[in-house]
Amino acid sequence: MSITLNDLILVGTKLAEGFNVTLQIFALTLLFALPLGLIISFGSMSKIAIIKYPIKLFIWIIRGTPLMLQLLVVYYGPSILFGVKGLSNFPAVIITFVINYACYFSEIYRGGIESVPKGQYEAGQVLGLKKSQTFFRIVLLQVVKHIVPPMSNEIITLVKDTSLARTIMLYEVIWAGQKFITSRGWLWPLFATAVFYLLFCGILTLLFGYIEKKLDYFN
Amino acid sequence: MSNKILEVKNLSKHFGKTKVLMDINFSMEEGQVVSVIGSSGSGKTTLLRCINMLEVANGGKIYLDGNLFIDADSGMKYTQKELREKQLSLGLVFQDFNLFPQYSVLENVTLAPRLLAKERPDYKERKKEILHEIEENAKEILASVGLSEKLNNYPCQLSGGQKQRVSIARALALKPRVLFFDEPTSALDPELTGEILKVIRQLAAEHITMIIVTHEIDFAYSVSDKVIFMDKGVIAEEGTPDEVLKNPKNPRTQAFLQKLS
Ligand SMILES: Nc1ncnc2c1ncn2[C@@H]1O[C@H](COP(=O)(O)OP(=O)(O)OP(=O)(O)O)[C@@H](O)[C@H]1O
Ligand SMILES: [Mg+2]
Repeated sequence: MSITLNDLILVGTKLAEGFNVTLQIFALTLLFALPLGLIISFGSMSKIAIIKYPIKLFIWIIRGTPLMLQLLVVYYGPSILFGVKGLSNFPAVIITFVINYACYFSEIYRGGIESVPKGQYEAGQVLGLKKSQTFFRIVLLQVVKHIVPPMSNEIITLVKDTSLARTIMLYEVIWAGQKFITSRGWLWPLFATAVFYLLFCGILTLLFGYIEKKLDYFN
Repeated sequence: MSNKILEVKNLSKHFGKTKVLMDINFSMEEGQVVSVIGSSGSGKTTLLRCINMLEVANGGKIYLDGNLFIDADSGMKYTQKELREKQLSLGLVFQDFNLFPQYSVLENVTLAPRLLAKERPDYKERKKEILHEIEENAKEILASVGLSEKLNNYPCQLSGGQKQRVSIARALALKPRVLFFDEPTSALDPELTGEILKVIRQLAAEHITMIIVTHEIDFAYSVSDKVIFMDKGVIAEEGTPDEVLKNPKNPRTQAFLQKLS
């Protein structure tokens, strides 16, 4: 079997189209899940029990069930359970991913925030800093330093999790590759999708490595 | 009024059902050094934390320079702003330093003064000058604690003794009326305690008003104008170093000192 340049261009274009969707899922999930996760983490650390425990229960459910199942529930649930017209597949994917990743991120944030010793807040306080100054000038960078490694793990997992979107028929890069099996009997485009993942994860790894290094000067 | 700089009256504090401070009364004059000694759990840290408003006292009054500073009897809560203003007039050096790891030695000392300066009415026009003053002042203080060579180092690059000296400099930069130390040498290797005690002695010679919780009895004896012995949440004995440390009247003071020697 030989692969012509034309084949390569055709497959490359189709995969790039699919990967474009993959990137959209990735970017939108981060855009919404990063701030939402922070809000959820504050909720899970709340001193008010009726806020804290429902949120903890929710995090447990989301982290304790497969993302694939969550996708199916969000996509098919409304029409099957309530007989209403559900979401179309792209919004369903984004909503599910945002909720799922926000829960994971919230646990990372919580770990980061709880890792800052109480003494740091107290030192800020006795030095007459406002609460906001203590948070932004003292606590925040320490939290960031603490969460970069687990965040980088989670974000790289997200890159690969985007492929689950095909469960509810969203045309992303794996599907783009898989289509060539039926249409042309080619298997190699499916494996070529790995190149996209590898490149993208490679860039992210370098980026996070750089940030980690930048924050290496203190501990 | 008298020339009392700090006066604590009937201060009490409990955590849940545990009474930690009961009816604490003492006062000190400007430029004096008071040492607080006592066994573990006797309430020394809690006393410092109540005066510095890291804990809310449950009863009593504290006066600073003759003015009502904390009124724990009225049960009223202070606003964030009031709390900050009050905390700024006192300084606290922690046992475990609590330096800000992401800032250099110099930045640790200048951070609070710089943020405070932003609230000055003339900050906008004189910004450069003000920041320069703050930095010069910080360098001077750091020089006085022997850290001129370390201005641009980060806390993780310092020894425990150096860290504690930075934290003393950081507190001094805000020119507190009274400076409190909570066992400033307890987290240090024995060979490093000397350098901290030397710095505190030097501050005493400059007539900085200080309250020091310490287990270093010889040091307390030589540096203090007054020694307070705490036991189970009360002041069991107080007086000059000679009275409390050499000729203690209270059997509990005697037993405590016996155990240490
Ligand atoms: N936040 C808190 N909650 C409950 N109990 C507390 C709290 N802080 C202190 N205590 C209790 O108050 C008592 C006095 O504690 P404190 O830390 O003031 O003692 P200390 O004299 O400083 O002791 P040490 O020499 O060990 O530092 C102890 O019994 C302690 O367990
Ligand atoms: Mg203590």
